Order: sequence, then structure tokens, then C-alpha cells
Amino acid sequence: MAKILVMTSGKGGVGKTTSSAAFGTGLALRGFKTCVIDFDVGLRNLDLIMGCERRVVFDFINVINGDARLNQALIKDKRVENLFILPTSQTRDKDALTRDGVERVLNDLKKEFDYIICDSPAGIEKGALMALYFADEALVVTNPEVSSVRDSDRILGVIQARSYRAEHGLEPVREHLLITRYDPGRVERGEMLTVDDVREILTIPLLGVIPESPAVLRASNVGMPVVLDEQSNAGLAYADAVARFLGDQVEHRFLRAERKGLFHRLLRRTA
Amino acid sequence: MSIIDLFRAPRRATLAATAKERLQIVLAHERAGRDSPDFLPRLQNELLEVIKKYVAVDEDKVAVRLQRENNRSLLEVNVELPIPAGGPARRPAGAGA
Repeated sequence: MAKILVMTSGKGGVGKTTSSAAFGTGLALRGFKTCVIDFDVGLRNLDLIMGCERRVVFDFINVINGDARLNQALIKDKRVENLFILPTSQTRDKDALTRDGVERVLNDLKKEFDYIICDSPAGIEKGALMALYFADEALVVTNPEVSSVRDSDRILGVIQARSYRAEHGLEPVREHLLITRYDPGRVERGEMLTVDDVREILTIPLLGVIPESPAVLRASNVGMPVVLDEQSNAGLAYADAVARFLGDQVEHRFLRAERKGLFHRLLRRTA
Repeated sequence: MSIIDLFRAPRRATLAATAKERLQIVLAHERAGRDSPDFLPRLQNELLEVIKKYVAVDEDKVAVRLQRENNRSLLEVNVELPIPAGGPARRPAGAGA
């Protein structure tokens, strides 16, 4: 049975698209047929992060409006088997994202895919509401920082009140906490909220902690989901989160500051 | 951790602790208000209409507030009545009622 995941956060710039790309790629690497959909109508970016920006012809809105067939709009990833991207429109207005239209496209995708990841736009407006409405599971991306935690709490309230599952009295959307841009050094210096602080405040199960890492920018520069960078802590942390999502018991790592030797410091190696 | 860090830690630790405390306070309020009834503005208007039947009050002299405590809510209605200027109000009680 296909599952719909929403990657959401309320706040912008916390790493939703990076996480959608990495998580979707991670699921595909584990053998699941996965589609990542960009719900940020007007501000298309998932295509760039996943490196398929030059292959976009038709988009999600074209499919909703019946101007293109789903198979024409889906872009097959060139690196990873089983991975597909459904880009959003850059120009059309947000009203194009109708509930009926979204439901129709999701139902069609459910026939073909194991996982569908809805990459939500920031905010709690229509695009964000549509991205989370049909979700079975929600990955709440949170930075260890006050405004991000507050907005995550807010979006959790929206999920619990205004999702399809909530409105129809079904089993609630399963919530997962994905902490990103975690800087263990700053946490140890008492400058940043700890994983436990964020968990305690949001009270949802922790799926993963992605350390702050230069690899994320490096990956986005070249349009490669960071999970494919197996040399990087961030990439490994995403792979761990995917494994946990699939039920594996994986211990959290990269929660402590690395003690770099003089040799490393001189070489300025960054993980 | 170096010796210098030992001296520095207590002061710096308050930064994250402050963040946590502020978040806990603000979220406690916001969660309480999340399913707060949105009928308050309407209630305020209707109350005002009823009160105006009996007393001449200013639109902005009526305040309706919902306060939440641990396991109960308190609906607080404050009406500031005008001082009667040596006589009955313009519309005496009972008029039109």
C-alpha cells in the first residue's frame, strides 16, 4: 500500500527541500519506488536540488489541469533506480492547487509508487495545507532554534486538526521529528537547543538528527541529493533516518562535536 | 573541554536554557489558544447590542476575554458604564425591551 509523506516545517529555509530530496533518494536506494512532488507553486526548487532542472517540460499543475498526462510530467532520476520527481509550476497562481486535483494526482501515483513525498512550501497557506492534507506520515523538519521550533509546533497543530485523516476521524497522521542543521559544538557550548530540548518541547518521536554540514551546500551546487554523498555526516545521517523510518534500529550519531586533530585542522578537511 | 570552558560554561549554558524556557512559555499559550473559540468577536458584538438596549455604552467600553487555567476556562466580560449625568441614561432600563 502506497504511503504519502509530507515534508513540512512551517518556517522557511530549514531544509525541507534538501530533506525531501535526500529522503526520497534514500527510500529509492532501499528499493522502494518513490516519487517526490514539489508543492511550492511559483517557487520551483526541488528540480534544482535534485539536478533535473533541465528536463522539466510539464509540471504538477499541468497534470492537475489536464494539460499533460502524469507520465509526461514525471521525471525519472538518472542516478537512482525507482526515483521520480514531479516538479511544480513556476508561473501559475496557487489557486491551481485544488484539493480535488491534488487528490486525483495522488491517487494515480499511489497505483504505481510505494512512497510519495510531498515537499511542502513554507507557511500555513494553501500550498502547505495541500501538501499535508492527504498525508499518512509527516516529517517535521526543525532547526534547533526558537522560531523554527515554534513554527513546527504550529504546523503540528494544523496536521492534527486540518488533515484528511483528522477531518475524517481516521487514525492520526504519524508524526516524525527531523532535526536539521544541528551543531554539536554549539550545543556543547550551551549556545544551541539540544536534541532532547527540541524533543521535549515538540513531544513527537525523533526520526533523525542531521548535523550542520558543508556537504549540504556542496550537494545543492551540483544538484545531487546529499544522501548520495557517503563521505559526509549529513548524507549518512539522512540514510540512517531512512533506515529508522523503515523500521531498522539505528543509533543516532553525529550528536557530539568532533575532536579534530591538528593534522585535520591543518588540512581543513570538512565532513 | 578545557579549563577555560569550565569557567565559561555556566554563563553560556543559559543561552540555550533561555531559549528553551521562552519556547515553553510561548507554546503553552499558543497551544491553549489553538482550539480557542473564534466566536469571541461575535459574542462581544451581541453582548454589546443587548447592553445597549438598557444602557448607553461606548463601543470600546466592552471587553470580552477568555482566560484559561489548568482545567477550566474563564469568560471575562468587562463593561464600563457611563456615569449618569445627574439623571437617567438616555435610554432608561426597560425601553424597547
